[in-house]
Amino acid sequence: MDFLRPETLAEALEIKAERPDAVPIAGGTDVMVELNYDHRRPAALLDLTRIPELQQWEDGLRVGAGVPYVRIIDELGAQLPGLAMASRTVGSPQIRNRGTVGGNLGAASPAGDTHPVLLASDAVIEVASVRGTRMIPAAEFYLGVKRNALEPDELIVAVHLTPAKGPQQFSKVGTRNAMVIAVCSFAISLFPQENRVGAAVGSAAPTPRRAPEAEEFLASALDFKNPKPLLDSVKREFGELVSRAASPIDDVRGSAAYRKHALAVMARRTLGWAWQELLAKKNGSEERPCA
Amino acid sequence: MRVNVTVNGEQRQADDVWEGESLLFMLRERLGLPGSKNACEQGECGSCTVYLDNVPVCACLVAAGQAQDRSVRTVEGLAEGDQLDPVQEAFVEAGAVQCGFCTPGLVVQAHDLLDRVPNPSDPEIREALAGNLCRCTGYEKILDAVRLAASRR
Repeated sequence: MDFLRPETLAEALEIKAERPDAVPIAGGTDVMVELNYDHRRPAALLDLTRIPELQQWEDGLRVGAGVPYVRIIDELGAQLPGLAMASRTVGSPQIRNRGTVGGNLGAASPAGDTHPVLLASDAVIEVASVRGTRMIPAAEFYLGVKRNALEPDELIVAVHLTPAKGPQQFSKVGTRNAMVIAVCSFAISLFPQENRVGAAVGSAAPTPRRAPEAEEFLASALDFKNPKPLLDSVKREFGELVSRAASPIDDVRGSAAYRKHALAVMARRTLGWAWQELLAKKNGSEERPCA
Repeated sequence: MRVNVTVNGEQRQADDVWEGESLLFMLRERLGLPGSKNACEQGECGSCTVYLDNVPVCACLVAAGQAQDRSVRTVEGLAEGDQLDPVQEAFVEAGAVQCGFCTPGLVVQAHDLLDRVPNPSDPEIREALAGNLCRCTGYEKILDAVRLAASRR
């Protein structure tokens, strides 16, 4: 096995073009588990932790693929509340110190914690190779269980997100707070100026996926100009449509039926929290509920 | 391959490092530092927690080669000579050590918490230690130890 240690992104892309079999490693929280357990024996490891371009975020927002979760929580919580919430549920403090959104995208596990947020907030994934740069909307990035739209010579460089234009919420079901692979998860983003809603489910289908019917229903049912307390019937229908967007399986973490039920509950609750935040803002209150 | 790394303030060199091996393996098997414990090898238990450039990480999830030219501080590097670190002393006094296997990871993680948050609340302590498992289930004494160490700072 080779251990390749580029110092710049350009150098990393050259290496990846010559060695498409090299497995990128950043925080190592997925890749090292596979190596430790002998589940994977790649021809080479491509260490991305020395590349400054990947460890930075810029206003706008362009978040480098190698920015660890702890920095998203500490530095970007106000601009990206949904992503920060999801990041807080990742593993443990030690894991959040190392793990990255780029790694979440590279692994493309249907259970990855940040995926529903990226989908619900219209994230665009920037990938690069010596051939050039591609901007891939999150909704087109996940292709199957642990499969993504990356070509063998490409690396994930950054995630582009707009600072939240309205309330965002994330919820995840697991057996305890820390070190939990999601049984299922859900993210919602409200875009009040555009009368639009983003909603996506995780760990409840072969890929993380949006719930378009639920999004459309909610956008037509909500009055963003004059927000009034939510009707139970709206919450219920929204939950139902979110649940229907999923196609979960029975596995060791939970049954398909449980996941469907839990998704409806999470959809109702997160909608309630998000709407409450919008109402509070309209009424001039500073109160901001959180998950 | 060869890895050059600063460990507990000392410049060290490890030879014949396999490219796929973990920082934990290198510390324990090549550099003679068995303080960090090897248990789950998947970041689940926190027993291998060490500082990497002053940030606590699971050494089992860091590739040895990623530590090249970086600085590592293990549980062996907390005491000054014979003088235990206050966190270590508090663990002894509070009876927070049973079988002792989880202790090195918990000590490093608690050490980092108290560096960042001198007077942590109970929820803050629990959150900081959520990635460290104690199978003797001595958590209450461990919480006592962290509170004791905090009170002495």
